[in-house]
Amino acid sequence: MNEKLKRITHYRLFLPLICLALVLLVNMIKTPTFFHLSIKNGVLYGYTVDVVNRASELVILAVGMTLVVASSAGTDISVGAVMAVAGAVCCYILSGGAVSVNEYHAPWILGLLAALVAGTVCGAWNGFLVSRMKIQPMVATLILFTAGRGIAQLITKGQITYIRVESFKLLGANIPGIPLPTPIFIAIIVVLITSIVLKKTALGLYIEAVGINPTASRNVGIKSKQIIFFTYTFCGLLAGIAGMIATSRIYSADANNIGLNMELDAILAVALGGNSLGGGKFSISGSVIGAYTIQALTTTLYAMGVSADQIPVYKAIVVVIIVTLQSEEFNRYMRKFSARFAARKAEVAK
Amino acid sequence: MKLRRKKAFNETTFLLTITITLFFAMYIAGMIVFKNNGFARLQVFLNLFISNASLIVIAAGMTVVMITGGIDISVGSFVAMSCMMLAHMMERSGYGAIHSVLIVLLTGIVFGFVQGYLVSYLKIQPFIVTLAGMFFARGMTAIISQDMISIKNPMFLSWATHKIYLPFGGYTNRKGVLVIPYIYPTVIIALIALVVIWALLRYTKFGRRIYAIGGSETSALLMGLNVRRTRLFAYILDGFLCAIGGILFCLNTCSGFVEQAKGLEMEAIAGAVIGGTLLTGGVGNVFGSLFGVLIKGTIETFITFQGTLSSWWTRITIAALLAFFIILQSLLASSKLKKRR
Repeated sequence: MNEKLKRITHYRLFLPLICLALVLLVNMIKTPTFFHLSIKNGVLYGYTVDVVNRASELVILAVGMTLVVASSAGTDISVGAVMAVAGAVCCYILSGGAVSVNEYHAPWILGLLAALVAGTVCGAWNGFLVSRMKIQPMVATLILFTAGRGIAQLITKGQITYIRVESFKLLGANIPGIPLPTPIFIAIIVVLITSIVLKKTALGLYIEAVGINPTASRNVGIKSKQIIFFTYTFCGLLAGIAGMIATSRIYSADANNIGLNMELDAILAVALGGNSLGGGKFSISGSVIGAYTIQALTTTLYAMGVSADQIPVYKAIVVVIIVTLQSEEFNRYMRKFSARFAARKAEVAK
Repeated sequence: MKLRRKKAFNETTFLLTITITLFFAMYIAGMIVFKNNGFARLQVFLNLFISNASLIVIAAGMTVVMITGGIDISVGSFVAMSCMMLAHMMERSGYGAIHSVLIVLLTGIVFGFVQGYLVSYLKIQPFIVTLAGMFFARGMTAIISQDMISIKNPMFLSWATHKIYLPFGGYTNRKGVLVIPYIYPTVIIALIALVVIWALLRYTKFGRRIYAIGGSETSALLMGLNVRRTRLFAYILDGFLCAIGGILFCLNTCSGFVEQAKGLEMEAIAGAVIGGTLLTGGVGNVFGSLFGVLIKGTIETFITFQGTLSSWWTRITIAALLAFFIILQSLLASSKLKKRR
């Protein structure tokens, strides 16, 4: 019995699943309408759909962040700013520099590609600093974290660029005839492609190897630098995709607010997913569950009447608790404590 | 002889020299470009200190933490929180100015202690801990009050607006009125704090320990230093300096609101890095950070004098300078490694 329990609690996705269940349980008691679904005009509505829909950007970012954390034991804190840059680039190309347009100035696909390229370039810059220049990941990404929104404002000339075209909104809303919002499908596609590539090729193994010991993996012939560079570039690309979704949702490029505070959420999702922030072994599915948990938490807090400004407090507390539970020192204290407790118990029994 | 000269000109002094040269070069360039707008006046130079007094103190705290090999990105949010606390306590809860200031200083110490404990005793990455601290402090600011509170406490305002005139450097302006350059008490507090921290780092056991654990934690441990406690104290000192910085910031703005001091952590880190503090720890000097902050101030002054550039250029320029200095540091470090081999 004890063995079985141990196996369950030591299952990798145990912690994230418990967290998700906890949040959902609170919702079930607090807001009974949480699991209600209704169909209006052929579109599904409900809290759960909303959570899954709103979490899409976070899921995409969390996938990229997981790989970055796994390969370099550091985090990319520029993802939010990169989202803003990608959105700004896309809107600039589609609007041709005007503040608000009712039709495209350039084909939509061009705007999309430009946004993805912008994200990839930002990611490559981070990757270059981390892998070639050997700068601590967080400090290297700090540069874009600061400059990113400035660059985005520079592109949009400090204004919010609106694209008032119906087809532009499709990426962030519903495609006619499909009951679920598009972002959900994009998130699923990103997760599927990434996991298949990581599972079917040796890439996943390489990333873990580099994360555990870069020197040793270099000695066995893995190109550590290139792997790290790749994960950052990929993270940038995913941030570009997430930025496109966020831009499409509000059909405008708002340099100050797109992806605001997303970096903490993405890091939180990775940590919550049972991944060590110290690099090495990773689980994409854990991070994805983590991302949905966070969005469920955010929606719950909103439903309870907490304002957007105050939410970071609760998230910060959750982060501190999770990283404390993960920390080796803390576990050592706990082991010592429980050993002492067991010894005392045995003494009493005598 | 040649060898000795090389030794004296090590990487610390090299980075510091670049920074100081850059600052003077920029300032002189400004004097030439904006000659007709009065860039060369003493007051413009003093304004650099007046508007950056809080940042000078915060950058000093950041330097201390960075010398231990850590980082603190919660400072901007903490400044916002302390401004809001001061404003709320004085305007809504009826505390006196002195009490409010003392409570904020105490909060700084507690905040530093919690972060320091998590970093040093539980060995969690400083970045993660202070990232959480950053969001916590910003969220707390919103919980205290979501709307802007202006401070009208007469005692606090008298501190904020007390001009100290300098005995020299006066000039008559176009209208024929004698203008005497002045500073605010905040500048004096900031400079005193800076000198105290400099002396602390240079002449006390605690200061030398901070350099030792930043240089090599293992050797410091083998030398018998209490690494954890030293690191904890470094964070407490940083929290205390942040609280001072927050109060100085509040003396400058006399208000508290949620979005205040956004991105200040970045400016403090940039100031320290530009001033020659190594991100890897063990090397750094608070006076270097002072020059780093002054460079940022000069860029801002440029943008104000120029008049047509937008404010986000400051952030972009700072980020570019930061990138330049970080890459320079990394190149220096790698060349040093090669030499050792």
